[in-house]
Amino acid sequence: MSQVAEAAVKKSEPLFSPKNRRLLTDPLDDNNPITVQVLGICSALAVTTQVKPALVMAICVVVVCSVANLVISLLRKGIPSRIRMIVQLVVIASLVTLVDQILRAFLFEVSQQLSVFIGLIITNCIVMGRLEAFAMGNKPWPAFLDGIGNGLGYGAVLILVAMFREFFGAGTLMGYKLMPQAAYDMGYMDNGVMATSTAAMFLIGIFIWIQRSRNTKLVDVS
Amino acid sequence: MPINTNSNGYTFGYALVMTLLVAAILAGVAMLLKDRQDAEIRLDKMKQILNAVDPIDDKSKVQGEYEATIKEVIIDQSGKIVTDNAPAAFDLDLRKEYVKKKAGDPYHMPVYVYEKGTKKNYIMPLHGSGLWNVIWGYVALQDDFSTIDGATYGHAGETPGLGAEITKPWFQDQFKGRKFLNGKGDYELRILKGRGNELEGKPHLVDGMSGATITGVGVDSMLRKGYMTYKTYFESVN
Repeated sequence: MSQVAEAAVKKSEPLFSPKNRRLLTDPLDDNNPITVQVLGICSALAVTTQVKPALVMAICVVVVCSVANLVISLLRKGIPSRIRMIVQLVVIASLVTLVDQILRAFLFEVSQQLSVFIGLIITNCIVMGRLEAFAMGNKPWPAFLDGIGNGLGYGAVLILVAMFREFFGAGTLMGYKLMPQAAYDMGYMDNGVMATSTAAMFLIGIFIWIQRSRNTKLVDVS
Repeated sequence: MPINTNSNGYTFGYALVMTLLVAAILAGVAMLLKDRQDAEIRLDKMKQILNAVDPIDDKSKVQGEYEATIKEVIIDQSGKIVTDNAPAAFDLDLRKEYVKKKAGDPYHMPVYVYEKGTKKNYIMPLHGSGLWNVIWGYVALQDDFSTIDGATYGHAGETPGLGAEITKPWFQDQFKGRKFLNGKGDYELRILKGRGNELEGKPHLVDGMSGATITGVGVDSMLRKGYMTYKTYFESVN
């Protein structure tokens, strides 16, 4: 544990240096876990029918991803390399179990709605991917920021998709009716496709399209 | 002396300490939160029971409404109301009671009698099995003990989008006004295969779920098993 303490003390650059800020902002656009790395698609299709579960899911992933990154980064020099994947998985699994227990105690309805998907954060490639690719080789603070950044990048897409799906699928946002009754009287109908996960796939596809046409860094020239 | 983090001893020791530590933390948190989780589960059960007759969205009103409108009754295997030494109706584990029933032992069943104004319903709790895990439900009957006023279902592990559809309004709402019994007094309610069946003028048929036939069959047999269990009680009240 002495090496860990040393590593923490040696911090010399400012907490929010440009390099550290990039850790937070990169995953929001240039290196978005969903639209660029194409990770975590399964849950992005499943929990985005309404904004509220998507929001809770996003918060859960931010918490799990950042804390897991922090813990693994603190332990990185002591982790036996032969069982490092198992150690990462144990850290993720226990954090997810904690989050699940807390949701059950304080946000019962939401936990019922998210049901299996909270447990499936364990298998969300984003979390494990960041641990292996970043936390194992970086100091705790940047690792923590990287976790928050990737969680936010994932959550932003999740909430955006959920907003479209809830508004066009049910005429509501966060459960509040936004589509005016007059529209229904004039023959407008909620779009049933938006309630299915197919719609999420198309929406994410469209997001990727828009993002790539705007962001030239992402255009594959090979 | 630097520690060799790749030695067998270190690896085993690391794994052991980590496992014990994580186990202790998780067990501690689970114990700490248990009371609150149990309270939430109780409240959710009250909400589900009320949902069969009068859905309430505001969670803070559930307990008050439940206590004001629901009377818990417990019956025994002969359909008679038990008052002496009766177990608490709300905490009765239906699964265990059905096991006793199957074995031919004496058992108890809860009934929730709802009364508000002129509206009176008998809410029958149900327990059965779906495709992956247990399913349950609460069906509110009118006092002819055949017409359904509302039904609500729950499940522990059905597939979202398929079997889990039993919790959706489209599935539950179609039970309203359906009848358990035909004109001769025989059980006739049936859940069909798939959605979109011709149901006009057929008060004993209900649409099933496409892609979740086994869950539909589970609900069907849960309703039949439940109704048969309460039949003698219903006849005695009637």
